[in-house]
Amino acid sequence: MEDFPVLEMKHISKSFPGVMANDDISLQLKKGEVHALLGENGAGKTTLMNILFGIYHADRGEVFINNGKVSITSPSHALKYGIGMVQQHFTLVPSFTVAENVVLGLKDFGFVIKTKTVESKIKELSEAYGLPVNPRARVWTLSVGERQRIEILKLLYTGAGIIILDEPTAVLTPQESDMLFKAIRKLVSEGSSVIFISHKLDEVLAISDRITVLRGGKVVGTVEREKIDRRGLVRMMVGRDVLLDQEKPVVETGRAILKIENLNVKNDKDLMSVRDLSLEIRSGEILGIAGVAGNGQRELAEAIYGLRKKVSGRIELDGHELRQGNVAERIRAGLSFIPQDRKTMATCPNLSVMSNLFMKNSICELVHCSPWKLDGRRMHSKADELIGEFSISTPSAKTEVRYLSGGNLQKVVLARELSNEPKVIIAEHPTRGLDIGAMEFVYKSLLSQKERGAAILLLAGELYEIFRLSDRVAVIYEGQIMGYTPPDPSYIEEIGFMMAGARQEDH
Amino acid sequence: MKIRIEKRLEIPRYAGIIVPVISVAVALLIMGIILLVFFVGRLGNLSSAFRETVEAYKEMLTWPFANRYGLFSTFMRMVPLAFVALGLSFAYRMKIWNIGGEGQLYMGAMVSTWGALFLFKDVKSPLIMIVLLSIVGAAAGAAWALIPALMKAFARTDEIVVTLMLNYVAIFWVDYLVYGPWKDPKGYGFPGTAPFPDQARLPSFFDDEFHIGVFIALAVAVLLQYIYRKTGWGFNSQIVGDNLLAARYSGINVRNYTIIALVVSGAIAGLGGAVQMMGVQHRLQHGFSPGYGYTAIIVAWLAKLNPLAILLVSFLFGGLLVGNDQLQMFYKLPMALISVFQGLVLFCLLGGEAVSKYRLAIVKEVPENE
Repeated sequence: MEDFPVLEMKHISKSFPGVMANDDISLQLKKGEVHALLGENGAGKTTLMNILFGIYHADRGEVFINNGKVSITSPSHALKYGIGMVQQHFTLVPSFTVAENVVLGLKDFGFVIKTKTVESKIKELSEAYGLPVNPRARVWTLSVGERQRIEILKLLYTGAGIIILDEPTAVLTPQESDMLFKAIRKLVSEGSSVIFISHKLDEVLAISDRITVLRGGKVVGTVEREKIDRRGLVRMMVGRDVLLDQEKPVVETGRAILKIENLNVKNDKDLMSVRDLSLEIRSGEILGIAGVAGNGQRELAEAIYGLRKKVSGRIELDGHELRQGNVAERIRAGLSFIPQDRKTMATCPNLSVMSNLFMKNSICELVHCSPWKLDGRRMHSKADELIGEFSISTPSAKTEVRYLSGGNLQKVVLARELSNEPKVIIAEHPTRGLDIGAMEFVYKSLLSQKERGAAILLLAGELYEIFRLSDRVAVIYEGQIMGYTPPDPSYIEEIGFMMAGARQEDH
Repeated sequence: MKIRIEKRLEIPRYAGIIVPVISVAVALLIMGIILLVFFVGRLGNLSSAFRETVEAYKEMLTWPFANRYGLFSTFMRMVPLAFVALGLSFAYRMKIWNIGGEGQLYMGAMVSTWGALFLFKDVKSPLIMIVLLSIVGAAAGAAWALIPALMKAFARTDEIVVTLMLNYVAIFWVDYLVYGPWKDPKGYGFPGTAPFPDQARLPSFFDDEFHIGVFIALAVAVLLQYIYRKTGWGFNSQIVGDNLLAARYSGINVRNYTIIALVVSGAIAGLGGAVQMMGVQHRLQHGFSPGYGYTAIIVAWLAKLNPLAILLVSFLFGGLLVGNDQLQMFYKLPMALISVFQGLVLFCLLGGEAVSKYRLAIVKEVPENE
């Protein structure tokens, strides 16, 4: 295997309003290697690859291909340099055949598509790399795994030598993943280079030659596969710079408010992703759940909130069992949810701050008026009051929330979710993408809810945040709780172990 | 330096008035050219063709609004448009695209005819009769919309296709009745039912030129305005319309909202059908609606789903239809040319709306660092 870099990215920086998505990132891709980009959601992996692929323009930094400096301005431009990317969302035309999709966008097939030639070449490629797909099939009839194979074949057809795979296994079954891994091995053995983006440790360890870990838009380090284990990677991903710069308020915890017994929940792929999970949170207590993203955190939160149906198990709020899939009942019972998707779930972008504040069916309780005669004036003054209390900076209560910054948007969500004296709060990545100031605000709000006596379930990726807020830490792995630790940085090794799948009693 | 077209961040407020006005002016201008060519062909010289065009325009624009008969005709055309558009607005606010206004209008007309001629033929009081026919008309429209509503709510079918297809079913059903079992034996073979009895006719004034349907439409509009602005339903329907996931997250029962939205939407259109029968037609006829249900889509949309604005826009569209009738009668313009004109107006209005989302920007070219 030759050892010169086919691709080099030097000192790449890119910021979006309020977020430094990439901060001085450098990356080297050698010929014939699988290079993994590992990091939590939001660590900057996808942004970096979008810069390489010409979708975004870097604020600073340079890209070299075969030691020559290049400036890539569009995906078709990237293809010219032999860079191909398989995005998380496929770009295929469902009503076209596989062969038609492969030649789609290519300029050199002339006016009439020589279907026979294209089909036989696809067949050749698909056999050579072990990516079985029928070139005559129409895409809409194919499974997600097959569609992904088409995307890869498309790149091979155009002769791309650098292939970027963005979270390729997220949509695959284990068998399909194995097949993909074999194809990747074959590709690199023939001289292609692959950048493999993932946040799953096992996969990265299984497939990569080298691993670059990103955290918060920065490179933590690049390591050889042989020289690192699972535990080391976890440590790199979550970081050691855990500080406790503020005392937590000491609160007398009361009775158990949220009780979960033997809960089982399936994810969107119909796989069990929360398994037999039981937990209990007392009033005045924050339980932090640590874990690598995609280990059932989201499904757990959605099942408690009633957005996702549970397969079995029992969820009890203050002594009352919650029925299947009934969100309104939970809101009335005093359950609040701060979801990680601020823009897609927690707010209506085209409605005003006021509408968003009263979005839940609690308007009538908040402003004491009948649903047959809303009191505009009272709603307005209540909205202004909340805007002041949560220091939401907005031109007025009538401004549409899509004009607000991430931090202010989150304050709108907090104002709505916390102002009604909830008994239980589920906070899912409550500070993702926020700047320091907004983060502090979120912390303070959650801690003051705890002092009031709320039971809080905190699901966060950053251990820092978990240590900062929680009274107990539970570690989740593949939908199961591996064990509990006190919220103390001295337990970070143990937490790392459990995040990688070890049970607490194992050591 | 070059000029680039870019999307506006915000559409300025004045655009809501100015853009439609300019759009209609453009449509008139284009139509003027077509008319001019047409008249040159008919009259043989340019100057008299020009005079004829100007005259025709004056007639078309002033007749529907500037005299009693024109104005009454405009109101008559406005009523069915307004009812269907008001109904559509109820569903469109939730981004549920009911294209079936025409079919719901037909069903309302059909069932109210059934009521007037058969079911309630022994009812003698006009008030009771009118109330009964309004109720069955609205119920028929609601039932017709319930089909796509249940299909959407439980089988996730696309309401656009289903409502559109049901239009044809409703129209052909009416045709079957008026050509067949309900055909008036004294009707000289015309495809229509027997006339409504007197007690099934809406009170009207000015030698029957003006019926009270306009006031019923006004009442519905005011009621809808209140619902949209002041009730929990109106508030929640905005959330459903803006972000379905957020609606679920807020504890709104999206399935119930979908069903109710379509059903109420159909009920209002069905009521429009009943009013049209009781107020204007007084009998069910083949093709009694020249596509009110489709024009109403444009009306609802131009009025930005605001009920009071819908009244205004349907009044103006009513005037346009009356002006066109006038051209057809007095200037012997072929029907096809009238259709071209209506098409042009719609085309320019929609085009203007689309264009107003963009603006021209002058940008300095930045040299690319290769």
